[in-house]
Amino acid sequence: MKLLTHLRRSAKRLFAIWHARNLEFLRDRTSLVFTLGLPVGIVVAMALIFGGPPRPLFKVGVLGDVVTPASYPFLGERYFQFVPEPREAAAIRSVTRNDLDLLLDLRQRPVRFWAIEDSPKGYMAEKLLLQADSQAQRQPTPGVATRYIDWLFPGVLGMNMMFTCLMGAGYVVVRYRKNGFLKRLSATPVTAFEFLSAQVLSRLALALAVTLILFTGIGTVIHFHNAGSAALLLLVAVLGSLSLIAFGLIIAARFASEEVVNGMLNLLMWPMMLLSGVWFSLEGSPRWMQLLAQLFPLTHILQAARAVTLDGAGPAAIGADLAYLGGTTLLFLGIGAFSFRWRPE
Amino acid sequence: MINDSLLRVDNLVKQYADNTAVAGLSFQVREGSCFGLLGPNGAGKTTTIEIMEGILAPTSGTVQYRGAALGERFRAEAGILFQKTALQDFLTVRQTLEMFRGLYDHGLDVAEVIRLCALEKLLKRDNKKLSGGQLQRLLLGVALVNDPAILFLDEPTTGLDPQARRRFWELVESIKAQRKTIILTTHYMEEAELLCDDIVIVDHGKIIAQGAPQTLLRQHFKAVLLELPTEDWTPAARELGLPFFEAAGRVELTTNDLEGTLRTLMQAGIALAHLRIRPPNLEDLFLELTGKDLRA
Repeated sequence: MKLLTHLRRSAKRLFAIWHARNLEFLRDRTSLVFTLGLPVGIVVAMALIFGGPPRPLFKVGVLGDVVTPASYPFLGERYFQFVPEPREAAAIRSVTRNDLDLLLDLRQRPVRFWAIEDSPKGYMAEKLLLQADSQAQRQPTPGVATRYIDWLFPGVLGMNMMFTCLMGAGYVVVRYRKNGFLKRLSATPVTAFEFLSAQVLSRLALALAVTLILFTGIGTVIHFHNAGSAALLLLVAVLGSLSLIAFGLIIAARFASEEVVNGMLNLLMWPMMLLSGVWFSLEGSPRWMQLLAQLFPLTHILQAARAVTLDGAGPAAIGADLAYLGGTTLLFLGIGAFSFRWRPE
Repeated sequence: MINDSLLRVDNLVKQYADNTAVAGLSFQVREGSCFGLLGPNGAGKTTTIEIMEGILAPTSGTVQYRGAALGERFRAEAGILFQKTALQDFLTVRQTLEMFRGLYDHGLDVAEVIRLCALEKLLKRDNKKLSGGQLQRLLLGVALVNDPAILFLDEPTTGLDPQARRRFWELVESIKAQRKTIILTTHYMEEAELLCDDIVIVDHGKIIAQGAPQTLLRQHFKAVLLELPTEDWTPAARELGLPFFEAAGRVELTTNDLEGTLRTLMQAGIALAHLRIRPPNLEDLFLELTGKDLRA
């Protein structure tokens, strides 16, 4: 009963801080416009890059000398872009990467072709080819292909999540400490853990909103396909955001200088950006680098997100990543609350 | 020993690397009284009050609230108006009061706080758009949301214009009327004399006077003060051997023999048209005890 009363009171205080922080954020027009404008801007930029006027539906590589529809009628089909390919091996690799939907070898008859079986565009291109030339012979393609954008997309989301989580909550706490608002709160019954939890939850709502805008916006533009469960992906986003926000709060727990905190946050963010697999896989890199990367929450966010979106992984497959994110959230919050200072030292 | 003391300070010491801010203070604050902690800049009063508020840890010594160390009960029952407090810029006055009210289990209705601090016309205004006096009223409201048993006011009227200062005094008087215990630090002796039942004057981290303002005045002054404009204080007057203090365009003489001093001045031909005779006040006592040199 006593515990329940304590929890109720704690929740009440936490709610009061959480609510006020949200109100403050919404009233800070500059910050609001910037924070919400940024993802919209990214959506627009991605739309410009990947959207635009109608483009050829299929990109087909062609091995062989200069060819014309006269010599091979399929080359006259509309909505196809035919790209001369000088080297066979490189061209096949382009097919497996989905840079090409189909590769034709016109150097011999019957014509040979390569296409990714489970690629919708490759499938359609193949159907149209066989309709035009029933003698064309499929050749086996090594490996399974994935669109780079599909692989990159979780990385872009994760990176944006990292900026939103680490920078936002950290700076707010530093500002509060610097201007004395924290000192005022320290004279109330609110505890450091309650205060930090309120900041985490307030920032979490924002991080999820921004991620949702990006996911929906860019996902629509690039026709992103999530092979797994959307709910599981949301869980990854929630736990990942919590871990990153709590990570940022460790830095903000005692400093009163934005410059110091800015430097320290950059120190955290750059290695994460480079080593967590945002832009490229760490496969083949030194073992120590891979181990170091495993310490970063962002690495586990991306591992889990890609496993869900690209491989359709279930909870069991990403359980270790989820546990790491949940565990680090509690660990970081604990460290933050322990080292927290209400006033500048 | 004061039996009805609400707050008790014993042998309080605060030592920093390069100085001793508080050097063994002991005093008690009676429940329902307004207690003034006075001292010149750097005397250690803000350090002392912050230790009493539980914001700062002492190097040694204790502060007890209702006979126990400062803890949860104290935080729930204390209201604090710091010397400098920032609030959340983009919250309105009402939202700020509601937020702070949400931090306490017990307290006043926000509407009651609004009425007490005369904030009715400011409810929708952002904190950052308040004037100095309005902000102090809001901060007083924040300090009152938990219906505190003890209220700390650390230089609450510093920087306010005379009207705002008097308005604030009225508010404090109304809080006093509710028999709440108030601990006040101020640079305005007029304010302390008006509001405080007991005062402690500290300097260099030590108590140099303690008691009710009128009692202290009676103890330290048997005399009256004579004030003259500096231009009337001729070279001949300076040769009379009367002890005087000169500052801010006026000369001040303290005497136990009013008639004799007046006779001496008249015989020396000093113009007395602008002479002002008054009893000493708390400011005189303060200057008497802490000296008249400028403090850093």
